[in-house]
Amino acid sequence: MADPIVRVEEIHKSFGSLEVLKGISMSVNQGEVFVLLGPSGSGKSTLLRTVNHLEKIDAGRIYVDGDLVGYRQQGEKLHELRDSEIVDSRAKIGMVFQHFNLFPHMTALENVALAPRIVLDRKGSEARRRATELLDRVGLADKTDEYPARLSGGQQQRVAIARALAMEPKVMLFDEVTSALDPELVKDVLDVMRELAKLGMTMLVVTHEIGFAREVANQVIFMDEGVIVEQGSPDQVIGNPKEERTKRFLGQVLEH
Amino acid sequence: MTPSTGSTEELTQSGPPQTIEAVPVRHPGRWVGAAVVALIAASLIRSAIENPNFHWDVVGDYLFDHRILDGVVKTIELTILGMVIGIVLGVLLAVMRLSPNFLIRGASWFYIWVFRGTPLIVQILFWNFIAALYPSIDLGIPFGPSFIHLNANDFITLFLAGTLALGLNEGAYMAEIVRAGIISVEEGQTEASKALGMTRSQTLRYIVLPQAMRVIIPPTGNETISMLKNSSLVSVIALAELLYSAQLIYSQNFQQIPLLIVASIWYLAMTSVLSVGQFFLERHYGRGRSRDEPTSLFDQIRSGWSARHADPNRLIQRRDETGGR
Repeated sequence: MADPIVRVEEIHKSFGSLEVLKGISMSVNQGEVFVLLGPSGSGKSTLLRTVNHLEKIDAGRIYVDGDLVGYRQQGEKLHELRDSEIVDSRAKIGMVFQHFNLFPHMTALENVALAPRIVLDRKGSEARRRATELLDRVGLADKTDEYPARLSGGQQQRVAIARALAMEPKVMLFDEVTSALDPELVKDVLDVMRELAKLGMTMLVVTHEIGFAREVANQVIFMDEGVIVEQGSPDQVIGNPKEERTKRFLGQVLEH
Repeated sequence: MTPSTGSTEELTQSGPPQTIEAVPVRHPGRWVGAAVVALIAASLIRSAIENPNFHWDVVGDYLFDHRILDGVVKTIELTILGMVIGIVLGVLLAVMRLSPNFLIRGASWFYIWVFRGTPLIVQILFWNFIAALYPSIDLGIPFGPSFIHLNANDFITLFLAGTLALGLNEGAYMAEIVRAGIISVEEGQTEASKALGMTRSQTLRYIVLPQAMRVIIPPTGNETISMLKNSSLVSVIALAELLYSAQLIYSQNFQQIPLLIVASIWYLAMTSVLSVGQFFLERHYGRGRSRDEPTSLFDQIRSGWSARHADPNRLIQRRDETGGR
């Protein structure tokens, strides 16, 4: 198999005196759906945010598509990348947030078309055409000219997914993207993600949707207190967990 | 609404699903207050008409005098240039103030401290006498050769002194306004832009500033109106804007009151126009913020009017029209 798209090697991260990542290693292959499970505060969102350098790491290495994230290695020395260089590597990584973070002063279409136009230097007409296609794909063809405030949470989140896809990323990061949604809107968003997985998109997903993880994931990691407790196929980790902590967590989540 | 003449009998007879037509609560205190206000207004109007010292004929003669009109033009020029300098400087200072570099942040803080901490009229006088401080102005490399040599006395004209004083002073105030606007934009917005691969300056230009505008515009409108009025302070350096033009005329004909009225009428007219402009700007930058379609100025006046004169049915109906999608 070819090199993994995301390779995380022994990373550590602290906020002040609190160490939230204590030596995490993992690798995500092309076309894989990788689900991170764990109680809140376990460090899974932080791990996700280190992959596109929204959080700096204190130790370790992260490679995306073969390139070191955030730094350039020359001999033994690491050099911090300039703003413009980090930007290039981020453009390869799509990210969707818990609270959507759509740009409220732009319509759905403008939200999707902006970054391709100004970051990838696409022509305006080309970017809009592509944005229309993507919004159609996430089932929002009739909402292109709406401002985010007039869309439901589920619709906003699907616009956010289209916006990330517009950059034609090699990997997509999903940070608890259904946690802020009303229950009846969750399915629409998960359907879009299932579709993406089917099309072979490499995905790194932090979620509490155990059913989704079980159905779609190729690999599941269970994290707690900054370490990987258990890792394997969904059938192993969710269906037949070995560690006590994993069992307890799954019991709590599946109970209600 | 028709006044209710009915008794309780009538109410019970006409069946349950009926609009309430209750006798409104009376407010005798309000009526007394309104009467007092009306009385004072009437006597003020009477005195304005009957007191010959107002010299309304003189006001009429000078309202469109070419010297006054030239003054109006100068006042407008000072206001526009002052605001342009103020806004550009304000954005620059606000961005500097948010810089991670201590020196850049400090410089911005120091500028604001000086220019907000001294009276505008003192700053105007300073710029007027700048030639005494720096007789010549050299543009070039600091501590190196200079390329342009200017005689301060010739270069800093009255108009330039006035414009600089107003603009540089405004920059300090605008900096705080812009900074408040930038801070008001949620962190998630910057994060989303970063994740999409935008640079810091792209994020600022496309994402942060347009949203900050919603917070920046209202106080900036007020600043523009203040600037228009504060521009009268440059009359101390004998710059013939509106007020000084009026002063020049009354120093010859001694008709102080009528000419001050002429100036006031023009100031009022200009500030009124600015207020209307502010309304449209606020609406433009508020787009996407509310679930309702933006309404026109006319609609807002009309709905304000009908809200006061409405019967309850009408109000409920209006809410359905705007909220029911």
